[in-house]
Formats: sequence, C-alpha cells, structure tokens
Amino acid sequence: MAVCVAVIAKENYPLYIRSIPTENELKFHYMVHTSLDVVDEKISAMGKALVDQRELYLGLLYPTEDYKVYGYVTNSKVKFVMVVDSSNTALRDNEIRSMFRKLHNSYTDVMCNPFYNPGDHIQSRAFDSMVTSMMIQVC
Amino acid sequence: MMSKTDADIRFGNPAELHGAKVQIPYLITEKNTFKRMDDEDKQQETQSPTMSPLASPPSSPPHYQRVPLSHGYSKLRSSTEQMHPAPYEARQPLVQPEGPSSGAPGAKPPRHQASLIRSFSVEREPHDNNSNYPDEPWRITEEQREYYVNQFRSLQPDPSSFISGSVAKNFFTKSKLSIPELSYIWELSDADCDGALTLPEFCAAFHLIVARKNGYPLPEGLPPTLQPEYLQAAFPKPKRECTLFDSYSESMPANQQPRDLNRMEKLSIKDMADFPVPAQDVTSDDKQEQNKTRLEQNKIRLALKSTADEALPKDMSEDPATSKDSNSLKARPRSRSYSSTSIEEAMKRGEDPPTPPPRPQKTHSRASSLDLNKVFQPSVPATKSGLLPPPPALPPRPCPSQMRKLKHTGLSKSAKISHHNVNSECSAQPKPPTQLPNFGDFRLQKQSEQASEAEIHPQLNRAPSQAADSSPTKKDIPYSQPPSKPIRRKLRPENPAPESQEPSSTVGGAASAVTGKPHTAVQKQSSKQKKAIQTAIRKNKEANAVLARLNSELQQQLKEVHQERIALENQLEQLRPVTVL
Repeated sequence: MAVCVAVIAKENYPLYIRSIPTENELKFHYMVHTSLDVVDEKISAMGKALVDQRELYLGLLYPTEDYKVYGYVTNSKVKFVMVVDSSNTALRDNEIRSMFRKLHNSYTDVMCNPFYNPGDHIQSRAFDSMVTSMMIQVC
Repeated sequence: MMSKTDADIRFGNPAELHGAKVQIPYLITEKNTFKRMDDEDKQQETQSPTMSPLASPPSSPPHYQRVPLSHGYSKLRSSTEQMHPAPYEARQPLVQPEGPSSGAPGAKPPRHQASLIRSFSVEREPHDNNSNYPDEPWRITEEQREYYVNQFRSLQPDPSSFISGSVAKNFFTKSKLSIPELSYIWELSDADCDGALTLPEFCAAFHLIVARKNGYPLPEGLPPTLQPEYLQAAFPKPKRECTLFDSYSESMPANQQPRDLNRMEKLSIKDMADFPVPAQDVTSDDKQEQNKTRLEQNKIRLALKSTADEALPKDMSEDPATSKDSNSLKARPRSRSYSSTSIEEAMKRGEDPPTPPPRPQKTHSRASSLDLNKVFQPSVPATKSGLLPPPPALPPRPCPSQMRKLKHTGLSKSAKISHHNVNSECSAQPKPPTQLPNFGDFRLQKQSEQASEAEIHPQLNRAPSQAADSSPTKKDIPYSQPPSKPIRRKLRPENPAPESQEPSSTVGGAASAVTGKPHTAVQKQSSKQKKAIQTAIRKNKEANAVLARLNSELQQQLKEVHQERIALENQLEQLRPVTVL
C-alpha cells in the first residue's frame, strides 16, 4: 500500500503529491524530494542509450528503515514516486509495477483532458480516486 | 417533467431582465429556480446536490425562494392561461406566472419567485406524467438534444465523428465556466478518455455545462442518463420523437412508460406546433404542454429579440447548422439556441462576428498573392513612386516632359498591347487637359480605352497623393490592415483605369501606360515605337527598383512583426508559471 504518491513534472516540481493524512506529510514530501536525485541518477545512467531502451519502471530508489521509495519515469520525463510502508507485507515488484501502470494510465487520462494544461497541478477527481484506491489498497 | 420544467424554465426565462445581456439574468433566475428545487425536492432528485466540491451553488437570494409556494401554486394554475401569444407580453406572463408585476422589468424577485414557484408547483404535482425521474436534471430533453446536436454539427459536420479536444475546449470555454469545472465536466463526459468527444459524449458534456450554469452542482459520476450508451440509443433518430420515445419506453421501467408516452405526445405536438401555436396547447390540461408552449413562445420571443439584439451573423451561423432540420424544428433550434443556455449562445455567437474582420486581413496577409501587396503597399512606404507598379507604373510622376514621351510611347505601346484603337481614338480626341486629374480621366476614358491610359497619369498623380495620405495612417495601423485600405483606395482611382487597362495590360505593360496627348502620339506614333520600347524597358526597370524597395521594406516590417511576436511570446512565457517543455 502506498503511503505517499507523488507526480513530479519534468522540471522537478510536484504536479501532484498526496500522502496518508495520518502520517507526518512533510516527512514524505521530503523523502520524495530527496528521491528525485536518485531518479535523475538512474535516468542519466541510462541516458546514453535511447529513451526507448530505458525502462520506465525504475524500481526501488532507496530504502529507509520504515519505508521504501519506488520510482517510475515516463518518456516525457514525468516522474512518479511512491513511498510504501516497509512494515506491510513486502509488496512484490509486480504489484508495484501494476500500481505504477495504473498511475500512468490515469495520468494519460488527465493529459487527454483538453482543459488540463501540462504543468498545471493535477486536480482530476478520477485521478484522485485512483490514487485513493491505491493508498487504501492494502491496508 | 422536471426536465421539462428545467427546460422550460431555462428556455422560458430568457428575457426576464431587460439588461443588455439576457442570459445573465436568466441564469440567475435559473439558479434560483434550481437551487430551490434542489433544496426542497431532494427527495425527488437523486442527484447529489452537495457533493461536488466544485459546485458552488449560486448565491441566489434564498428569500426569493421562500415566498409562498401556495401562492405561486395557485397563480401558476391561473397563469397557465396567460401563456399566450401577445408577443412581448407573453414572455412576461410566462416568466411570471402570477403576473403580479406584469412585464415590469424591475420586478425581478417576483419573476424569480414565479419561476421558482412554477417549478415547484410543477414538481409537486404528483400526477405529473413526465416528472420525477430519479435523475431528472440529468435527463436530456428532446429540444436540448437537438440543440446539442446542432452545436455538434457546427463544430464537426459529421455527426458520427469526433470533436477534437482543442475544438471542444474552445467551445466549452465560451460558457465561461471555470477551468477546473470544465476539466471535471470533461472528465465525466469523455468516457473513453480519448481526448475527443463523440456526439453522445458531447451532448453529455454540454448538458452538464448547462446544468452547471443553471446552478446544479456537478455530480460525482456521470449520471446514467448521460452515459454515452444511453445517449447513443437516443441519437439514431433524434427528430423522430415517437421512435425515440418508443426506444426510451422500452428501456425505461414500466412505470415511466406513461410518462414517456405523454412526453412523446407533447413533444410531437410541440414539434407540429409552429410559432404561433402555443395557444392551442394551452387548452391541454397538462402543465407540461403549457410549459412546452411557453418554451416555444419563449424561444420564439427570444429568437426574435435576440435576432434584433444580436448581430445577424450569429443567426447566419446558426442557420446553416439547423438547415437540415425541418421547418418547425429549424425555427425551434434557432430559437432554442437563443433561449437555452443563452450565455453559451451569446458567447458562441459572440465568437462568430469577430471572425469576419480577420478575413480581409487574411486576404491581404496570406491568401492574396504578394503581388497585390506589392501592388498596393508600395504606396505606403514609397510615397515618392506613388504608383502601383503594375498598372500605372512610374512614368507619370517624374516630369511632364517625360509625359509627352510617355504619352507617345504609352500610346504606341498601348496600341500594341491593346486594341489598336489608339490611332483612331487619338485622332478623334481633342486636346483635353490631360493634366486635369479627374475630369480628364473620365472624359478620356469615355472616349476610348486609350484614354484610360491617359487617365492613368492623372490617376497616378492622384494615387500617389492618396498613398501619401494613407501611408502615414497605414503605418500606424497594424500591419495586416494597411493592405486592405490601400487596396480599396487604390481600386477606386484605378477603377476607371484598370478597366481599360486590363484589356491592354494589367501589370507589366502598364508601365508604359502613362500616355500623353493622343494627338501627339498619333503624329509620331510610328516613329516612336522603338523609343516606346526603350521607354518601356526603362519603366520596367524602374518598376523593378520600386518593387525591390518595396520588398525590402516589407521584409523590414516582417522582421519587426516577428520581433514583436517574440517579445510577446517571451512575456507570455514569463507570465506563465511553469511549462513542461
């Protein structure tokens, strides 16, 4: 279950960030922020190769004692960062991948909305509901 | 029934307030109405009135709504008879069922009350046939659907195809709803999330916008009546209400069938009804009938009024869209377009007029060949030359002495190029003062085409002066405009000339057009032919120089415009908070 989900734009500012309210949200924001460096590092590591060859799913970015941070990058350099609770039954990689896939699909739906200007904060209810479902998924 | 009520109210309260904008007051009224309905008849409505965070119920004065229902109720009954024709007054009674302040423009509250009351009373009638669909506000009435379909066609001629996202965005933005709300509406209506709207999706989105404008909070999810599948079933024969409602009735639960049938009947009646009809419907007991007739009347009134108020182009734009409909329907959609969601209509209409203006610019800026620009522009920057290279060319200006030569040469050349009328004509002509700008022109022109060339000279003189006058103004005017003006101005002076010149030579040959006195040409015509050629060559060279100069000037202007554009884009970039790219 995701404790915090964030969508980061290409310029590394958040388009959407949401965490479980019970927790200290600022901590998650900070974790997401620091994870951006790792994301960039992973991107640049494969940067030489064509973007097509680079996989979108970045995998575990870095673990902390309580949480694990996963990353996912789209071809337009929009990053999804997910923080999951380590205490939960360890989510398999496939589950994380599927969650990111759902995120990506929802994000493309948001982009399809002509009233959404790229770079705006994401205020789509469908997106919200999808993220909510992810966050309470494995409670 | 509620839908009808909604429609009725929506369409029927168009000109309540005689403000400049019919739509706004009507919208306010609508909001009052609907809010009231929401508050008081939640039980009847399954829609979630308070859910949407985006929903901000209009701040309609609630006290309006509180006013006596019973009072309005009875009045509503009595008012049903009022709905008759009387062109303008009819609207008032329609709007104000009780007609307390009959037609008083200032009596908005009573009207609001009236509309509210009416809606209320209508709702309350348990025996209403068409009322009380669980999701009534989200049901698209027949008139609405036709209106939506027409709007769809105006955007996308092929009803089975898509409206692209950008087109739809521009269209819906005209409704002046906030972007988040529009975004949410899009989210609801674009079921397949493909960034384009099919006809059912478009109707759903439109209906949501209409509802939102009328004060309904947006639903959490797409109501079943707005689902594309549901709407798709309705579309095959939008005009065939009977068939339509048959399908409806089949799909709807049994208890709704009678409502459907009633609705169908009413709609069919309404469809049959033409403008003056309403009176007939009044006889029916059903309020829905009356509402429909009211609706009709209102639409008609609105159409009439709006046609008067709004620019004709709007009508024109609407007409083609509705041309496919039958006559009665044709009239109705037009009026509907005015009456319903008039705000949107006004906006869309408002969009239409602006388009024409650019056209002349277009013709100048793009469509028209550069030749035209060159033809007419040179006058702007180059007052000296003052001539339009093609037709008149340089000659006349330089010096009178040359004129003589030119006259000869021009005459001769014109003889070559044109109909060889020079000789006869020249000989025939007396010695008119060719120097005379206008008079000479016309006189000469009358006599012969050749004379027109003689005219060219004075015309050229005139044109340059005009050009000189216009050039400063033109320069001030935006780049795109000057061309049209000079064109017009040039055309006038040239009209006499070009007409005659065309046969001779519109463009290049005109260089030699500057002619002199015919009689002199006649004398030395034959001998001067060679000289004429040389002169023509020289003229052409001069024309080339002028054109080159013009070209450079145009290039400069182009650069300036580019720079301006870049500056504006930079500003835009700076103002815009972030951009992905």
